[in-house]
Amino acid sequence: MQKFLFELNRDEDFQSRYAADRRGALVGFDLSAEEERALTEPDIGLLFHLGVNGQILMHFAALHSIEWQDYLQQMRDGLDRHGPVREGVYAVTGYEGVKAHSDRLGQTSNIENGR
Amino acid sequence: MPLVFAGVCSHAPGIVGRADQADPAAKDRLYDAFDDMRRQLEDSEPDALIVVAAEHFANFFMNNMPSFAMGMADYYEGPIENPEWLGIEKTRIPGNRSLSERLINKVMERSDVSYAEEWKFDHGIMVPLHFLTPSYDLPIVPANINCQGPPLPPLHRAWEFGQALREAADSVPERIALIGTGGISHWPATPDSGKINEEWDRRFLDQWSRCDKEAMLSYNDNQSYLDAGQGAFEIRTFMTVSAATEGASGTVHFYEPIPIFAVGCTIATVNL
Repeated sequence: MQKFLFELNRDEDFQSRYAADRRGALVGFDLSAEEERALTEPDIGLLFHLGVNGQILMHFAALHSIEWQDYLQQMRDGLDRHGPVREGVYAVTGYEGVKAHSDRLGQTSNIENGR
Repeated sequence: MPLVFAGVCSHAPGIVGRADQADPAAKDRLYDAFDDMRRQLEDSEPDALIVVAAEHFANFFMNNMPSFAMGMADYYEGPIENPEWLGIEKTRIPGNRSLSERLINKVMERSDVSYAEEWKFDHGIMVPLHFLTPSYDLPIVPANINCQGPPLPPLHRAWEFGQALREAADSVPERIALIGTGGISHWPATPDSGKINEEWDRRFLDQWSRCDKEAMLSYNDNQSYLDAGQGAFEIRTFMTVSAATEGASGTVHFYEPIPIFAVGCTIATVNL
């Protein structure tokens, strides 16, 4: 699953093939039905739960033009729906959130208009 | 020749890609610090810039992961990311194959380094270059330390890599500049993105600015992961610059947590 995303994230031709036929682009990769579904929808929350490295997932979300705050929320929703990350070094430790943190530092934030 | 410039800086993608979401004054302070760093770099009149980065699976994957790698090509490409998302257009970045080969040969004398004749830059290199060489007219020698996919190279090996880079830079006639780029504490690309341990950062930067080798080598990844997130694995890039300039102090010109950028933004140079 991560190998597919690694190849996709760095190859514009592969990205074009994926855009034209998401399921067809998966041929040749050893994937479960759950993984195939997560990659083709795409289901960012499920991919995070399944253990996709966050940096790989971040590039994949950017490829789909998923706005930053939506991307973070989809990961949170995935954990709520599916449970903790199954494996990897991306444990969730708890965080007040960018807006509250920025407020505490006296910084404004304009995340509502983000992309 | 001896190194003509050395420094460290942040590379978080939000610094450019989410600039419009940040506090304008905080963003301007960071951008001004990057401008000052660019001027210092330009004043050193380098022939090439070695960028020690911690790439994020743009070129190297767990099927064949080098602990240390250097680029050896006449040009590179980047960014791999969606340009609209990153705020940086795709472009071709000059390299210098001959210089890379000579540097790599020298580094290999004391460090196991892989080489790559193809290399696509991600935000880890593109964000610093966006500020420091905005015309993309300075040849780049990319170097990478695996800070993403454990098992990671031990910190003392990163130190030795930095020493090897210094010896290599000293051995060539070109004027070489060096930067390390990474985060300090941060939890990038997780639901905790934006979290920053400012106390941890300031302690590390104090050690970095005093080139306190013993203190920096005393970190261990398990504790750093708990205290400072998986992004803290990237301190290897800062330590590599320390090792390459061992004995010299550093000056932290800018440090400020900017949550929407998801890192304590840092600009620092070594007093060569």
